[in-house]
Amino acid sequence: MDLQSSLQVVLPEIILAVAGVAMLMIAAFVGDKASRLVSIVGVSVLTAVAIITAFQMTGDTLGREAFGGQIRADAFAGFAKILAIVAAIVTLVVSPAFFERVAKMRAEFPILIVFAVLGMSIMVSARDLISFYVGLELNSLAAYVMASFLRDDDRSTEAGVKYFVLGGLASGILLFGMSLLYGFSGGTSYEAVRLAGMDGGSIGYVFGLTFVLVGLAFKISAVPFHMWTPDVYEGAPTPTTGFFATAPKVAAVAVLARITVEAFGSQLTAWQPIVITAALLSILWGALGAIGQTNIKRLLAYSSINNIGFLLIGLATGTLAGVSAMLVYLAIYVAMVAGSFVAVMMLKDADGMPVEDIDAIKGLSKTRPMIALALMMLMFSLAGIPPLFGFWGKFVVFQAAVQADLIILAAIGIAASVIGAYYYIKIVKLMYFDEPADVITGKSETSYGVVLAICALVISPLGYLLTIPLGDWADRAAAALTAFV
Amino acid sequence: MIHTIAFYLFAAMVIASAMMVIFARNPVHSVMWLILSFFNAAGLMVLVGAEFIAMLLVIVYVGAVAVLFLFVVMMLDIDYAEMRAGFMRNMPLGLLIALILLAEIVLGIGAYRTGAIELGTPDGTGAAPLGASNIEAIGSLMFTRYVFLFEAAGIILLVAMIGAIVLTHLGSGPARGQQNVSRQNRRRPEEATRNVTPEIGKGIEL
Repeated sequence: MDLQSSLQVVLPEIILAVAGVAMLMIAAFVGDKASRLVSIVGVSVLTAVAIITAFQMTGDTLGREAFGGQIRADAFAGFAKILAIVAAIVTLVVSPAFFERVAKMRAEFPILIVFAVLGMSIMVSARDLISFYVGLELNSLAAYVMASFLRDDDRSTEAGVKYFVLGGLASGILLFGMSLLYGFSGGTSYEAVRLAGMDGGSIGYVFGLTFVLVGLAFKISAVPFHMWTPDVYEGAPTPTTGFFATAPKVAAVAVLARITVEAFGSQLTAWQPIVITAALLSILWGALGAIGQTNIKRLLAYSSINNIGFLLIGLATGTLAGVSAMLVYLAIYVAMVAGSFVAVMMLKDADGMPVEDIDAIKGLSKTRPMIALALMMLMFSLAGIPPLFGFWGKFVVFQAAVQADLIILAAIGIAASVIGAYYYIKIVKLMYFDEPADVITGKSETSYGVVLAICALVISPLGYLLTIPLGDWADRAAAALTAFV
Repeated sequence: MIHTIAFYLFAAMVIASAMMVIFARNPVHSVMWLILSFFNAAGLMVLVGAEFIAMLLVIVYVGAVAVLFLFVVMMLDIDYAEMRAGFMRNMPLGLLIALILLAEIVLGIGAYRTGAIELGTPDGTGAAPLGASNIEAIGSLMFTRYVFLFEAAGIILLVAMIGAIVLTHLGSGPARGQQNVSRQNRRRPEEATRNVTPEIGKGIEL
């Protein structure tokens, strides 16, 4: 193994690690006064890493291996990394203003985000159970701290503890599955696991596969392993919630796709029923659970459970087209969810305190027409209503499912998305047809408006200009994934 | 011969000191017996040729874990007499769980011996270099093949450290009861005292 070429492959990870430590030094010597400076450094480093990753993935779709195949920087990893980095940048841009209002901004927040992104980029490019687990744990540990970042707030502390305990449980299940896989296949690389599954795989192997999928279902909050999601999303500080709903979800879904296709590719009959069940339950439960929620962050938590179901439909096909459709959906999902959370952060009362109650947005179209307009577009897009870009994501996923002869799955998915549309449209109704509640009167920073405008632009009908390049990248990424099967 | 004697010596010491951990009256003594049993277990590891694990036992368990136990034992106010009383009461349950565990071990080993479990054959990617001692083999794998993951594990520990400090550090406000010497010296008696003549049978307004 050539160390130098390996180091070139993991250049983005090395930059992230060194930058994280350097930011920590700034924070240590200047203190919390430097938190804005550290955020700016974080944004520029993440941008640089995204550009380097883009260059890496334009060259060769298959990318190159590092450290004896533990890491592979291919087009699939690049796609997921860039998506996660964009979500992290959005969080970095909006978080200082949010925490400064309660005088709780600390320079460690952007540092934790950078380390979390490092963990994600390790886990999406991992082709070995060990590197996958190390990346996942790095990402999760940073996330636990971010959830309880407002530690004087009871709900934030509760969210952190809940996330930590259940995340630890999920990691334990995942590790148990991995140890079974290792024992029954004789190696930790995805390649070894795939070869061991070629001849049908023993019972122990299938047990290991199931445990790994259950552990990952916890991380992506797919039903029936979603119970932590509403509480954690409600309690965590809103920038953290927005981060949880985007970047780690992207990474975990990407890992799930990689492990099912690359490591369990020969075991389609073993994992397909699991993924289909999780997809259907997530869509239904996400749609039904959201009805009757009074906290807008809880509502968005159920919405993200619902969306995971649609993503899993793409994966359940097990085909190249299905994975590609899932990636397209993932990109649109990030824009919609990031936009929704920024819009939620812009809902403030006269004292500038965040408002999370759904009744407070009554008549928002009269008091804050621009936020109301953006939120309406985001809700319609999440519901999958045609002129908006969210429709395209659902369309490609269902198309892939129909092509793979999963017509019943697609039909149930479409029916359930109608249930989901109910609560999205209810929000629009509250904003446009009810008498103003006059709660949301506070001003927001320009940066919020800019981020919200960009997200709204992406999901607007103008987003359809992106369909061809986006589909192209997703196809290349999916091709990199299925090349070894 | 000497091997056998050493084995029985270490093994007997492990069991005896483990018994003493449970039966010692003073909890601090329990931890001391625990340390003795760790040392003897390390001796057993050396006998089977796993000197790396022996060193880990001494460094990690004796050096860190046992010291942590000592701190906890000294800081928490636990009524150990009462806990021991509970030990006798829960004895049947404990014995039952011990039996179940024993049965599981026997069944597992039995199934493995008969070949009922088809384990995978090692693919050899993590194979140790020939002729190297334990420590050399682990070191050479950890710093060549697994160097990236080794460093990443270090970053996980760094994040855990950052997290612990962020969530427990009380911020940079002045500590309560801080002394300002110059302000104390500037203070004059007339600022701090006043003369009052209270009426008989009445207190004073403070």
